[in-house]
Amino acid sequence: MIEIDSLSKSFTLHNQGGAIIPVMVGAHLNAAPGECVALTGSSGAGKSTLMRMIYGNYRANTGRIMVGDTDVARATPREIIQLRRHTLGYVSQFLRVVPRVPTRDVVAEPLLILGTPPDVALDRAEALLARLNIPGRLWSLSPTTFSGGEQQRVNIARGFAHDFPALLLDEPTASLDATNREVVLTLIEEAKARGAAIIGIFHDEAARARVCDREVDVATFTPARAA
Amino acid sequence: MTPLLQVRDLAKFYGSRRGCEGVSFDLYPGEVMGIVGESGSGKSTLLSCLAGHLPPDRGEVIFDTHGHGPRDTLTMSEPERRMLMRTDWAFVHQHARDGLRMGVSAGGNVGERMMAVGARHYGDIRAQAIDWLGRVEIAADRVDDKPQAFSGGMQQRLQIARNLVTGPRLVFMDEPTGGLDVSVQARLLDLLRGLVREMGLSAIIVTHDLAVVRLLADRLMVMKDGRVVEDGLTDQVLDDPQHGYTQLLVSSVLQV
Repeated sequence: MIEIDSLSKSFTLHNQGGAIIPVMVGAHLNAAPGECVALTGSSGAGKSTLMRMIYGNYRANTGRIMVGDTDVARATPREIIQLRRHTLGYVSQFLRVVPRVPTRDVVAEPLLILGTPPDVALDRAEALLARLNIPGRLWSLSPTTFSGGEQQRVNIARGFAHDFPALLLDEPTASLDATNREVVLTLIEEAKARGAAIIGIFHDEAARARVCDREVDVATFTPARAA
Repeated sequence: MTPLLQVRDLAKFYGSRRGCEGVSFDLYPGEVMGIVGESGSGKSTLLSCLAGHLPPDRGEVIFDTHGHGPRDTLTMSEPERRMLMRTDWAFVHQHARDGLRMGVSAGGNVGERMMAVGARHYGDIRAQAIDWLGRVEIAADRVDDKPQAFSGGMQQRLQIARNLVTGPRLVFMDEPTGGLDVSVQARLLDLLRGLVREMGLSAIIVTHDLAVVRLLADRLMVMKDGRVVEDGLTDQVLDDPQHGYTQLLVSSVLQV
């Protein structure tokens, strides 16, 4: 479902003397339907960079990033928009939403964009919020005022609202208590069972051991730093 | 799929000075494109040329019309272009007073655009006007008030209702949230996002506010000195800018 091959990336800082910073060379990995692959490596190794490149958020210099039939490294903006709506979901560590929009609508939005009838989308949103233990009295409020852990759970609910065939998870259990961590791990297991290909970053080693089938050490793609 | 709008090599000069030059892009149905750049970068000139408010010196602006398929709006007759502006196109001005009739009631402002496309039944017009005022969160009991009596945010929402009542397919917006305080901006952004989603609108939004484009636009064009220096997916351009000017623009935003 996700196939990455010969991927490289560098940043050129035009306003800092044109410094060129290589951050990735020859990255390769793949994730089959129903498989969860963990990205490992120390902080700064490029785990998040790789995730962002798969999502089309960072541009690739060379290589191929196949998600289904789309090569994200070469796709037009329009193709990536379609891919993100239908195929590729992303749960980032930070919630980014229009202020003042109710939590229920934030979670239902990915379904509404796909043309799901509003009542069906909102039912699904509420079911996920309830599962993730967000109290019902908060559903009509904007999540921008919620605690860090609550925002993260809203983000997860939003990411799992549509059954994406491919999912990117950036530390989905990072700031959660034991109960909610269990809910999220179950959601991931359910997604795998329905055939989703998942690539994730998990600092939580027990969580990683439980849901991930393989590990890929991103440090092997980190270019040697010039002294 | 046919693009809704195809722009080819558009250029506008003010004497020897470049307003905008070499602008080409395709916009597809349901897409929202942002145009950013500092004052004087040519973004408003470009929007005016696209919307038919200013004649460009060169180029094509091809719109996929209902009846006749893709047509160059710059070479069509004046009555045809006027009809397009009243039906399939809408223009939301930065200052609501430029897009509203200040001496006419709120309901009249919305109804007038319906009458321009042939609506004649008073009851229907009034009912639909009230329906649209509701959609932009203006209470039905304000339908007979004139826009002068409205706050800036309400005027802007009224302008949006007036523009969208005829079900346009392409909306041009010039700094639609400029000059509004931030809490009103947020509400307007949510409203616009909902309307884009429900009506399948395409939109071109000129703004200097990078936070606004991040939340509203799928795609982004960055302009400097009348030329497009970078374009792509909005979050890609903002998070991994390739051009030196875009890098400067993004790094200059104050974090809150």
